[in-house]
Amino acid sequence: MKRLIVVCLLVAVSGCVSDSTGEDPKTAPKTQKLVITGSSTVAPLAAEIAQRYEQDHPNVRIDVQTGGSSRGMADARKGLADIGMVSRAHKESERDLTPHLIAHDGLCLIVHATNPVSELTREQIIHIYQGQIENWKEVGGDDAEIVVVHKAEGRSTLELFLKHFQLDNSEIQPDIVIGDNQQGIKSVLGNPHAIGYVSIGAAEYEVEQGRDLKLLPLGGIEASTAHIEDGSFPLSRELNLVTLGEPQGLAAEFIRFAQSEAVHDLIEGLYFVPIQK
Amino acid sequence: MFPSKSDFLLRLTTCLLSWVSALILVLIVWFLFVESELVWREVGVLRFLTDDRWSPSGDFSSAQFGLFPMIVASLLLAVGSILLAAPIGVGAALFAAYYAPRGVRQIFPRIVELLGGIPSVVYGLWGLVVLVPLISAYHPPGTSLLAGIVVVAIMILPTVALLTLSTFQQLPTSLIHSAAALGIAPTGIVRSVILPASRSGIMTAVLLAVTRAVGETMAVLMVCGNVIQAPSSPFSPVRTLTANIALEMAYAMQSHRSALFATGLALMLVVTLLVLIAEQQRGKAGHV
Repeated sequence: MKRLIVVCLLVAVSGCVSDSTGEDPKTAPKTQKLVITGSSTVAPLAAEIAQRYEQDHPNVRIDVQTGGSSRGMADARKGLADIGMVSRAHKESERDLTPHLIAHDGLCLIVHATNPVSELTREQIIHIYQGQIENWKEVGGDDAEIVVVHKAEGRSTLELFLKHFQLDNSEIQPDIVIGDNQQGIKSVLGNPHAIGYVSIGAAEYEVEQGRDLKLLPLGGIEASTAHIEDGSFPLSRELNLVTLGEPQGLAAEFIRFAQSEAVHDLIEGLYFVPIQK
Repeated sequence: MFPSKSDFLLRLTTCLLSWVSALILVLIVWFLFVESELVWREVGVLRFLTDDRWSPSGDFSSAQFGLFPMIVASLLLAVGSILLAAPIGVGAALFAAYYAPRGVRQIFPRIVELLGGIPSVVYGLWGLVVLVPLISAYHPPGTSLLAGIVVVAIMILPTVALLTLSTFQQLPTSLIHSAAALGIAPTGIVRSVILPASRSGIMTAVLLAVTRAVGETMAVLMVCGNVIQAPSSPFSPVRTLTANIALEMAYAMQSHRSALFATGLALMLVVTLLVLIAEQQRGKAGHV
């Protein structure tokens, strides 16, 4: 019986220790290796850029891992990664890291396509997330309870959302707390009375795939990649690569490549907005 | 006990192996303690139970470490799902062992094994796309304790059914024949011979299933809504201890990270508690 108890305990804890990162020890001779970690928003883009870079440089191996902007900065700082990915503007307090802007991304509020509400004011959004408005009919929609989809602590999307609406995380009364953009989109698609916020790129892509999703405009400005590009959409953020100090060698070369026009099609392919030099 | 030399070698090897398996448990607990040491030193145990909210990043003075609602959620989820899965599993095993025609009797365990082999994320996806909208139509938001209980019950059903079935198959047939010879009706045999004689085996099945229910992460993360609160009804969204770790570990730093390892320790405690309760129940049950 004792053995059974041991087995049971092992089964139960196995879920919490599986977070180890599978990084290989340093580079093998000849092939050069670049480790990039961080924001799950930047990661798909970095992975595509890396793939194209590897095609041109056969002896380079680039390993892209996600884990959020905070991890990207921590790994770059500790030297666990050559380059960190951060999906927001660089802060004053992070002087030790050098940012390299590669694209812009916007955040937008999404509802189900069948929801008759087509615009919400800043106050209405704040009140919905604070739980003061609980029914869609209070903002001109159907008589149905609003299902508020919110992000989990630590996500940069959450940080950007809270900062823009000047909300404190403790004031928010969510019905669903989610991890990444995909989970947010699925939650809203599965519930006609839900409201959530995700990257515009991700949302626009789903709409183009014919999914029943509606992007709400903000302050009268339509939520679209075009309006991120001209800087008129208020809820937007920078996508940065960060390095500890000035980048050297392979890292510097990769960052130059990521900022060049050669990857603009990849950036647009993911509905991000390239930087205009 | 075993005087010959080859027996001595075998004894030594098996002894070492059993110590290794015990040591793994000790190492895991030690690892959880070391990783969560920061919060124990700065915050102490009590605040994990008394703090109102969970917002573990930032200063220790302003951060909040309330784990209690998540402990409640984990327990309710495990208890709810086993209450749903145990009767179905035991009933299905009874049918498969004693009533089913020969063909079904052979196919049944294979089908249930297959059910147990489906990855947890697939159950989660099914829950999110099918079950949650169904519950939402009745009582929004849909992502809820109830959704978690149903999904986890389906996931632990194979454990209950298969282990119970193998217990039934190990019962001596003479027991059933004697009961039949005494003129006891089939219902009576099931109720007063088969079930009491298998009680210990069924409890083991339930125990394994409960620990799996407490440890289940991915599917629960997808269908439970992950809002940190003690549920006021089965329709309230909840966050379990496992979901808390999985949702936040990827980008947790310092105090936040340390607090998540403390969550892991709390999870171990909950499992230990459940195992102890089950052990006690089984001790009471005795044998026929």
